[in-house]
Amino acid sequence: MANCCLENSESKALLDKLDEVIDKYKDTAGPLIPILHEAQGIYGYLPFEVQLHISERLGIPLADVYGVVTFYTGFNTKPKGKYVINVCLGTACYVKGSENILDRFKTTLGIDIGDCTEDQIFSLEACRCIGSCGLAPAVMINDDVYGNVSPDDVESILANYQL
Amino acid sequence: MADCNRKIDNVEQLNEIRERMKEKLKPRFEEGAAIHILLCGVAGCLSTGSLKIYEEMDRLIKESGKEKDIQLVSTGCMGLCAQGPLMVVYPDRVMYTHVKPEDVEEIWNSHILGGKPVERLFATESDGRKVAHALDEHSFYTKQLKIALKNCGVINPLSIEEFIGVDGYKALATVIKEMDPEEVVDLIKASNLRGRGGAGFPTGTKWAFAASQLERKKFVCCNADEGDPGAFMDRSVLEGDPHSVLEAMAIAGYAIGSDQGYIYVRAEYPVAVKTLNEAIKQAREYGLLGKKILGTDFSFDVEVRLGAGAFVCGEETALMTSIEGNRGEPKPRPPFPAVKGLFGQPTILNNVETYATIPRIINMGVAWFNSIGTEGSKGTKVFAVGGKIRHTGLVEVPMGTTLQDIVFGMCGGIPKDKAFKAAQTGGPSGGCIPAIHLDTPIDYENLIALGSMMGSGGLIVMDEDTCMVDLAGFFLHFTVDESCGKCTPCRIGTKRMYEILSKITDGKGEVEDVDRLNVLARNIKNSALCGLGQTAPNPIISTLRYFEDEYMAHILEKTCPAGVCKSITKFFIDKETCKHCGICKKHCPVAAISGDRKTDFVIDQEACIKCGECFKRCPFNSVLHH
Repeated sequence: MANCCLENSESKALLDKLDEVIDKYKDTAGPLIPILHEAQGIYGYLPFEVQLHISERLGIPLADVYGVVTFYTGFNTKPKGKYVINVCLGTACYVKGSENILDRFKTTLGIDIGDCTEDQIFSLEACRCIGSCGLAPAVMINDDVYGNVSPDDVESILANYQL
Repeated sequence: MADCNRKIDNVEQLNEIRERMKEKLKPRFEEGAAIHILLCGVAGCLSTGSLKIYEEMDRLIKESGKEKDIQLVSTGCMGLCAQGPLMVVYPDRVMYTHVKPEDVEEIWNSHILGGKPVERLFATESDGRKVAHALDEHSFYTKQLKIALKNCGVINPLSIEEFIGVDGYKALATVIKEMDPEEVVDLIKASNLRGRGGAGFPTGTKWAFAASQLERKKFVCCNADEGDPGAFMDRSVLEGDPHSVLEAMAIAGYAIGSDQGYIYVRAEYPVAVKTLNEAIKQAREYGLLGKKILGTDFSFDVEVRLGAGAFVCGEETALMTSIEGNRGEPKPRPPFPAVKGLFGQPTILNNVETYATIPRIINMGVAWFNSIGTEGSKGTKVFAVGGKIRHTGLVEVPMGTTLQDIVFGMCGGIPKDKAFKAAQTGGPSGGCIPAIHLDTPIDYENLIALGSMMGSGGLIVMDEDTCMVDLAGFFLHFTVDESCGKCTPCRIGTKRMYEILSKITDGKGEVEDVDRLNVLARNIKNSALCGLGQTAPNPIISTLRYFEDEYMAHILEKTCPAGVCKSITKFFIDKETCKHCGICKKHCPVAAISGDRKTDFVIDQEACIKCGECFKRCPFNSVLHH
């Protein structure tokens, strides 16, 4: 899917959107990171072809674009699942045992950090503090935040997303 | 664009709005006929369902046709996050905690209509008592002094008029109408305000450097890249009182001669980003940002830039490199940003809390500000108190308050009567403060002397069940992960330290490892390029200083006293005290526990993954570890 994402007609619309974004930021000082943010919003991740296109349109060497994409953990070069599970490993959550929650997600879903389930429904991430320290330990699935989570809650939390 | 008519052209118009809004906001500050129902709509409270509560209350108000007399307001953080969602009914000042959507009708019928507050939803004190007026009576609030957080939880962050009603943009008007830029810089200098982002550099001095540069283009930046795990002060200010930051940035722009500001904010804070953008839009509509502010020749605008998940971007030169669109790698200093910063121009960078403090200093005066705090640290500091603590939340206290006061006096101490072991401040750059130093007044100098640092304000409390070696490893792992890779001491040095530490927590450490850690720590401290690298060894240095015995237990006895380090911990069930209740068996995720009413409960050591659930769940403390 990634290889043809800039070619078929269906993807033409996405490309047009990307070009709109590039035009919007063209004259902004330091346009690359805002463009990458919006491009990731359009494609869900930043496939090689998208990086190449941005590089050509901005006249920034591809190596630099790639360098920026891989520097920041917020940018992904691999597609993600429909639901992204972020287990908070910030200090407040860590001292309250969030690693055990992460372990339980790993065993329950059978995937490791950074991976996506085969059906593309869930991907698992560990993140640094989502600022919900009052609810520690916390887990965020897309925009939903679950607080005071214990490993035993993992299955029932996942059930909310499994139809 | 259609709202050009809202533009405020002069100070008189600003004063008019202030007077009108002061009248409207009266119930929240003094008496008033109208009822104002304030609901925390951010952070923890939002996550636990405050939006549904808002909708339910909104429905009841609309159905009753009392929209004129009853105002419902979604506010920023009220602080007592542990008991959220929080609601305060004014002018009674009654605070409700743990509010659920199904409680709303009872609050409506009993309190709003009937005048009888709902007791069961009052805030809980540390001793279990219920208090009706938590803001005035609860120990969590009574010892606080709010400067940076003054408006958080009291106004609607999305309403610029409410902000103006609590003296918002008054300081900006004073500054640009009545003061020279040099006077503003001198005032900030005289206030002795120090940066709240970590190192505590004097803000006025920073401004003076930038002001003295002759370049025509200068920048004002705000560091809202709150990367320190376990800290959410800046988030709360941005979500609860964004205009204070904008106002202060404009004041800074006037003082140093800049017309452009940038706020660099974490992409992980979507609500803060949305709130900021909305606030900027309103400020432009009202002519408080943009060209010719309040009819003067001063112009200033602000743009939001999103981070993309790199801790190092909290370092000032890295942050600017990132705004320029590059990998966020720090640069050697000098040249300092005040001379050559963003896009090569003179730039000042201050943190969110520092900015939020500035308008108050101008409104209340330097003498007032200097009367708060300690000799070297004036004013207040916001702390995000988390970890093993009863009242998790956000507190703002005068500098010089002791850790004892914060942890036990205000935040209710440790749950389940466990023993306090240490508090960690300053995040991955800081260190921990053990129980013997609980009485030290907190200020910049004292924390440095204890081997920690103020940092941005994360304060994580740890009890007897926290392993300090494991904690040091946690922070070091963070640094290894987040090291930008530019300089060798940080990139390779922290990795080597982490490997040594892992060896120790795996029970394979030797006594010499402690010396190796000390040598590496010293070398990294002396040779890393940026502040984050130089402070990366701090968690190790400080845990070694206060908890060497724990390191030695791991190395010599191959045991983890707290039962955290999995490879050297074994859990077992004490037959003598076991009551055969079966709770441990039920909660074991890998079914490693066997036993029933008649036979002894036993943990199969082969199958056990050492998650510690049985230990935590056992009501009779019959699960032990060594």
